[in-house]
Amino acid sequence: MQKVQNKFNKFKTSISVGFFLAFRQVKRSSIATTILIVFVMTLTFLNLVVVRGVLVGLLEGSTNVYRSSYAGDVLITTLPKKNYIENSQSIIETANSLPWVEKLTYRYIEGGEVEANYKTRVNLTDKANSTTGSIAGIDPVLENSATHLSQFVVEGSYLTSEDSDSILLGANFLRRFLDIEAPGLTLLENVFVGDKVRVTIGGNRKEFIVKGILKSKSDQVDFRMFVLDSTLRNLIGRSDYNVDEISLILKPDTDPYVVKDALLKSNVDTNARVQTWDESLPKFLLDIKNTFGILGNVIGSIGLVVASITIFIVIFINAITRKKYIGILKGIGIDSRALEFAYVVQSIFYASMGILIGLALLYGFLVPFVASHPIKFPFSDGILVAEVPNTLVRAALLLIATIIAGFIPARLVVKQNTLDAILGR
Amino acid sequence: MIKVKNIIKSFKSGDSELFVLKGVSFSVSSGEFVSVTGRSGSGKSTLLYQLGALDHPNSGEIHIDGTEITKLSHEKRTDMRLESLGYIFQDYALIPELSAIENVLVPLMMQGMDKKTSEKKALRSLEKIGLAERTNNLPSQLSGGEQQRVAIARAIAHEPKIIFADEPTANLDSETSEAVLKNFTELNKEGQTIVMVTHELEYASLTDRIITLSDGEIVSDIKNQKN
Repeated sequence: MQKVQNKFNKFKTSISVGFFLAFRQVKRSSIATTILIVFVMTLTFLNLVVVRGVLVGLLEGSTNVYRSSYAGDVLITTLPKKNYIENSQSIIETANSLPWVEKLTYRYIEGGEVEANYKTRVNLTDKANSTTGSIAGIDPVLENSATHLSQFVVEGSYLTSEDSDSILLGANFLRRFLDIEAPGLTLLENVFVGDKVRVTIGGNRKEFIVKGILKSKSDQVDFRMFVLDSTLRNLIGRSDYNVDEISLILKPDTDPYVVKDALLKSNVDTNARVQTWDESLPKFLLDIKNTFGILGNVIGSIGLVVASITIFIVIFINAITRKKYIGILKGIGIDSRALEFAYVVQSIFYASMGILIGLALLYGFLVPFVASHPIKFPFSDGILVAEVPNTLVRAALLLIATIIAGFIPARLVVKQNTLDAILGR
Repeated sequence: MIKVKNIIKSFKSGDSELFVLKGVSFSVSSGEFVSVTGRSGSGKSTLLYQLGALDHPNSGEIHIDGTEITKLSHEKRTDMRLESLGYIFQDYALIPELSAIENVLVPLMMQGMDKKTSEKKALRSLEKIGLAERTNNLPSQLSGGEQQRVAIARAIAHEPKIIFADEPTANLDSETSEAVLKNFTELNKEGQTIVMVTHELEYASLTDRIITLSDGEIVSDIKNQKN
C-alpha cells in the first residue's frame, strides 16, 4: 500500500514538475514561433471542421431551399396510385386545426407542354420551341406567405390573384438559364418576360403571358411553371378542389415528426402520403448528402493525420534541439515522466490555443459570414455546417491526436542515454 | 562514502575497443575534498560519469554510501542522483528558459517539496554562493562565473551527500575560477564531500587529496599536505 502511495506521490510530483517546465518553456520561447505553431494548429482545426462543413453545407444549402421554397416542414402529397389527394379540403382543415401549424399552402399539379413559337412557326415540320414539365396551380398569396416564392423571381414580377392569364416559368425551362445539351432535354429558346406562351394539358390549350422567371436552385421551383389555381382547375376541368400537394409550415421549434404523427392519427394517410421535409427529399439528394458526409469524414481524417504529423514534427524538433537540456535535467535527477509530461503539456497548449482561436473564428466569423454570404455553387447556395457537438468531437479528436503526437517524440528523445544527450552524442 | 573497486570502462571504436578506465580502485571518505587530475584523455571525466551514476562501467563496483550503484535500475539511479548526489557540469548546464532561482528549485520540486519551500531553499542556496541579487535573471543574462555559481547552488540545494564537479573552472577566467574554488572550499569546510575533476594543478592543490590518472589508470593518489 505504501509502495502504491509512494508511486502515486511521485507521479503527482512528475506532473507538477512537467507542468512547471512546460509553462516556463512556452512562456520564454520565441513569440514568433509560438504564434506560428498556434496558427498552424488553428488552420489544422479549421481544416478538420470547415472542409466537411462546406461539403455538407453545399447540400444543406440545397435542402434548405427545398424545404423553404417547396416542402415546408411537413409535406402531404398524393398516394402513389392516385391522381390527387382525395378529401383534400378535409385534410387542409385537419392540418389547419393542429396547434403547431402556422401556415400552409396547397398546389394543383399537372404535366403539360409549353410552346413559345406557336404563332411564328410557318411549317408544322419546323421544330417547335417547346418543352414539357410540371405546371403548378397556386394561390399566390398563400404560396408566398408559406414559401416566399416571390423572392425567387429573377425577371419580371410575381403573380397576383388577378393574373389568370399569366404564368411564371422556372428558369430551368429556358436555354439562357440552363445552357446544357442532354438527350431528351428540350428547352425554350429566347423566351422573355412579356412573351406569349401556349400551355397544353391533356388536349386543353391556353395562352399565357410570361409574367416572371423563377430561379431558386431547387428543382421543385426551377423545373416548374406556376399559374393561378383557379386557372389550372379550369384548364384541367377539376371542380372537386382536390389538390396534389399541401406544404405545412410549423411554428418555430416544432418537431415535424410530432405533426406527422398527429396527422397519421387523424387517418390522413388513407388519402395522402404524409412526410416530414427530410423524408420527402429526393433520393439522389439524400445519396449525395450521405456521400458528401463520408467524403467530409475522409478529408477530416486526413486533416487529423496531418495535424498529428505537424505536432509530431514541432515537438520532435523542439525535443531534438533541446536534447542536451533534457539530458541535463535527467542528469540532475528529473524523472523521465516529468520531461515527457512537459512536452505533452506543450502539445496540449498549442492544440488548445489553436482550437480556441479556431472556435472563435468559426462561430464568431465564418459561420455567420457564410450564412449571410452563401457560397454560390451551381446547384445550391452553400452554407457552412458546423454543429456544436460535431465540432466538439473534432476538437477532442484533435486534442487526443495532439497528445499522442506530442508524447511519442518526447518519449523517443527522453529515452535516449542520459550521458549521450548531455554530451550531444 | 565512496568505494570504487576495479572499474573498467571501454568504448567500441569500429572493430577495436578503446579502454578508458583500466581497473580503477580507490575510496573517498565523508567530508573529503578530492581532486582528480590528469591530461586530456586520461579518463578523469569518464570516471566522474561512473561515480555520478550517469554511465555504466563494463565491470567493477561503485559503492556510494553503502549502495552498489552499478546494479541499480535506470529509475533508481535517477532517484539516487536526485536525492544523494550533486553534479556540476563543465559548461554550467543551466536550462536557458529557467531563471537562476528556477534552475535551482527544479530538483527540489522533483523531490516533492512544494513551490514555496523549494523557493526558500533555492534562495538560501543562491545566497550561500553569493548570488542573491540575480535570482530572477535568465542564464543568458549572467556572466560565465555567475552561471557556474548557479550550477553550484543547484548542486548543493538539496544537500547531497557528495558533489561531483567536472572541470568547474574550465570556461572561467582566473579571478572567477578562484571565486568558484572558494565556494567549494567553504562548502567542504562545512563538511561537504566533493570530488572535482580538473586539469589545473593550481586548483587541485587546494583540495585534500589529489588522484592523478594517466591512460585510464591511477598513477598517484596523494594527500595534500598544504591542507
